[in-house]
Amino acid sequence: MLELRAVTAGYGQFTALWDVSLRVDAGEAVAVVGPNGAGKTTLMRVISGLVRPRAGDLVFEGVSLTGRPPHEIVAHGIAHVPEGRRLFPALTVAENLKMGAFLPAARRAFAASLERVFGLFPVLAERRTQRAGSLSGGEQQMLAVGRALMSQPRLILLDEPSMGLAPVMVLRLFDLIRRVREEGYTILVVEQNVRQVLKLVDRAYLLEVGRIKIEGRADALGDQDFVRKAYVGL
Amino acid sequence: MIDPIFLLEAAINGILLGGVLALLALGLNLIFGVIDIVWIAYVDLVMLCMYAVYFLVTVHGWPLALAGLVSVGAGALLGLAVHLLVITPILGTPPVNQLLATGGLLFFLQSFATFLWSTDHKSVRLSLPSYEMAGIFLPATRLIPFAISILAMLGLYLFLTRTYMGTAIRAVSQDREAMSLMGASPQRVYLMTSAVGGAMAGLAATLLSMQYSVHPFFGAQFGPLTFMICVLGGLGNMVGAFVASFVMSEIISVGGVIMSTEMGYVIAFVVFIVMMFVRPAGILGARRE
Amino acid sequence: MTVRRGLALVFLVALAAVPLVPMGGMHAYVLHVLIQILVWSFIGSAWSLMGRFGLVSLGHGAFLGLGAYTSTLLWNVYGITPWLGAVVAMALAGAFAVVVAYPVSRFRVVGHYFGLVTLAVGEVVRLLIIAERDWTGGSLGLTVRPAGDGSLLALQFADKRVFYYGVLALWLGGLWIWDRIDRSMVRSAMEAIGEDETAAASVGIHVTRFKVGITVLSAVLTALGGVAYAQYITYVNPDTLAGIGVSLRIVFAVVLGGMYSLLGPAVGTALTIALAEYLRIFFGLRLIGMAETIYGLLLMIFIIFLPAGIYGSLRDAVRRRHPRPVAAAA
Repeated sequence: MLELRAVTAGYGQFTALWDVSLRVDAGEAVAVVGPNGAGKTTLMRVISGLVRPRAGDLVFEGVSLTGRPPHEIVAHGIAHVPEGRRLFPALTVAENLKMGAFLPAARRAFAASLERVFGLFPVLAERRTQRAGSLSGGEQQMLAVGRALMSQPRLILLDEPSMGLAPVMVLRLFDLIRRVREEGYTILVVEQNVRQVLKLVDRAYLLEVGRIKIEGRADALGDQDFVRKAYVGL
Repeated sequence: MIDPIFLLEAAINGILLGGVLALLALGLNLIFGVIDIVWIAYVDLVMLCMYAVYFLVTVHGWPLALAGLVSVGAGALLGLAVHLLVITPILGTPPVNQLLATGGLLFFLQSFATFLWSTDHKSVRLSLPSYEMAGIFLPATRLIPFAISILAMLGLYLFLTRTYMGTAIRAVSQDREAMSLMGASPQRVYLMTSAVGGAMAGLAATLLSMQYSVHPFFGAQFGPLTFMICVLGGLGNMVGAFVASFVMSEIISVGGVIMSTEMGYVIAFVVFIVMMFVRPAGILGARRE
Repeated sequence: MTVRRGLALVFLVALAAVPLVPMGGMHAYVLHVLIQILVWSFIGSAWSLMGRFGLVSLGHGAFLGLGAYTSTLLWNVYGITPWLGAVVAMALAGAFAVVVAYPVSRFRVVGHYFGLVTLAVGEVVRLLIIAERDWTGGSLGLTVRPAGDGSLLALQFADKRVFYYGVLALWLGGLWIWDRIDRSMVRSAMEAIGEDETAAASVGIHVTRFKVGITVLSAVLTALGGVAYAQYITYVNPDTLAGIGVSLRIVFAVVLGGMYSLLGPAVGTALTIALAEYLRIFFGLRLIGMAETIYGLLLMIFIIFLPAGIYGSLRDAVRRRHPRPVAAAA
């Protein structure tokens, strides 16, 4: 479904990703793990179009999306839940979700999408008129995911969803992500919490200093060595 | 001692003036909040629309209301033109370049107006009644603009909170990048904002035409005041601008009656400078990134 | 002596020799234009001391006007020689700069917001001058009281050449100050502040002190430029010496020429003044306002298409042709 071929990207003089290739098939859940500063967030931003790759290709469902602006990439079916959630703090829960459905096609399906999101995250329905900035960490993360779902994506990018959440919340969150996946969405998740995320996904990549170092099936990677490398590096 | 009636009249006139000033301040703030660029030439757009109103009413005999509609439309179109021709090329350049680009536009508009219509003051002469209430004289040329500006601001509020595009505009001013992840093309939102801001300038032009005459340097008359109001209320802060408009207009009006019209302005500016010493971020604070 | 030094010396000698070159009756005019260019270049350099570090002031007209009006009023009303008047003017401008810059700096007002605050302050000074018309002459301006046929004490001279050498020295002095700042700790500190104030503060740089300091220096020099201009033109007017118009022109000239280089302000000023003069002569009394209109249009076009200024764009073009390791600033 999604393919990155030899992507090199960075900011100004600084290169964050070198020659990165990866693959996500339809219906899969794939994780990208690695130490801090490995370039995981940059990877997400390249896929969603916030960062233009200097070299390489980004292909989604057979269509080349390299260098396209973010709003076009969303229209093709990729939704990005950014690092730190990036909700609109002064808007209400309902308004945030409305913004998620900005695309014309998404607007037409607004009612159905909203029902689905409230079904997955009932607490959002309860707090629909509350300002997003006043929600708890876990609720904000749920809203961020729900907002992404409103655009009717086929692939969802999750950047560090467990960041800033209490351990109990993290477990609940991953449960919810599992349910989202069961609804049929393809998921690419970047995570610090290696053990938890490996239980969730089919495959994983290890990204380190901008390069893919290891790739494999999640059950095969669940060993001490891999986990250590993911936190501390090779 | 000054007759309290005069003071009351001045206070009320201050409020009436504040309404129209608020329109200007809100328009400027709307554009800044979304696009993050200050249109230094904003009040010069008002000037152009005032000329349009003048010519339509005085030369072609149109009724003011109709000319007003044209002015609003012209303002919106001017807003779009400015964004496409001047703003878009300089998005992402350093602030000094952006300030100079809109500054250059200011020069250009003022001199072009001088070239086209000379420096003569042109005024739309209206004969409208003046109402008396308990010894206070309130001319319709002040009441009507106030009423219309309040309605316009209400309309703006409803637009920003009840419509899709309006909510999107608020969202962009809170997080531009996140909004592009929602599938919203930034340029589309910017154009919409510029059109709305321009339309507000056009409306303000019509309302100001009822009280003031137009000349190429009209911007020099009201521009600095508008900037001061925006800074005082906190740049990007809509509520702040609203409050600051009335604060400044009250000082100007009441000060103008206690001393002289000129001193009214002087006091307002001194208050502005004092506020800058005390709280340069504005009464309610500037919008932080 | 390096090639660069040699060229500079030749250029300097050429400048000094201008009044001596036979020019048929054109002397007065050429000197007039050159004097303007030198004074405004001096003022531009003063502005760029702030501008190059990210403190983009759109209100330098305030200091200019303060300077010019102070020395003129002291001479007209009290007979105080402009030599002293200049000192008072500079002190006043400096004090005013402290009073405005201190809270602005402490409250971290930067970027667009800073520009707008300075613009408002500049306009306030202009409007105050107009409002206090009883002693400032308002919009009609003030003429500097003539001192007969020229007097050193009154800083007025019948012969333009004296003014020419005077402002030439002034301009060179300004360049010297710019250069000293460029080579000093102040520059490194200000650049650190420009990049990241918090980081700079955490390394022990007293951010407010530096910001206010550079503002005061810039203000003081600008005021001096205002005094020089007033003495030359012998007429002050709030619209030519204070307010948005003049402030923007200064900024335009510097940015066009190049904000980060020693000669940038001079290049930009020379070009903008030459352009303005050309347009003025070309249109003469026909099509009033058209000269200014084209001027404004060209300024807009310049800033859109040459964002790094002339110097910056040339340098980038040269770098593209001859890539070489990073060199020190000019």
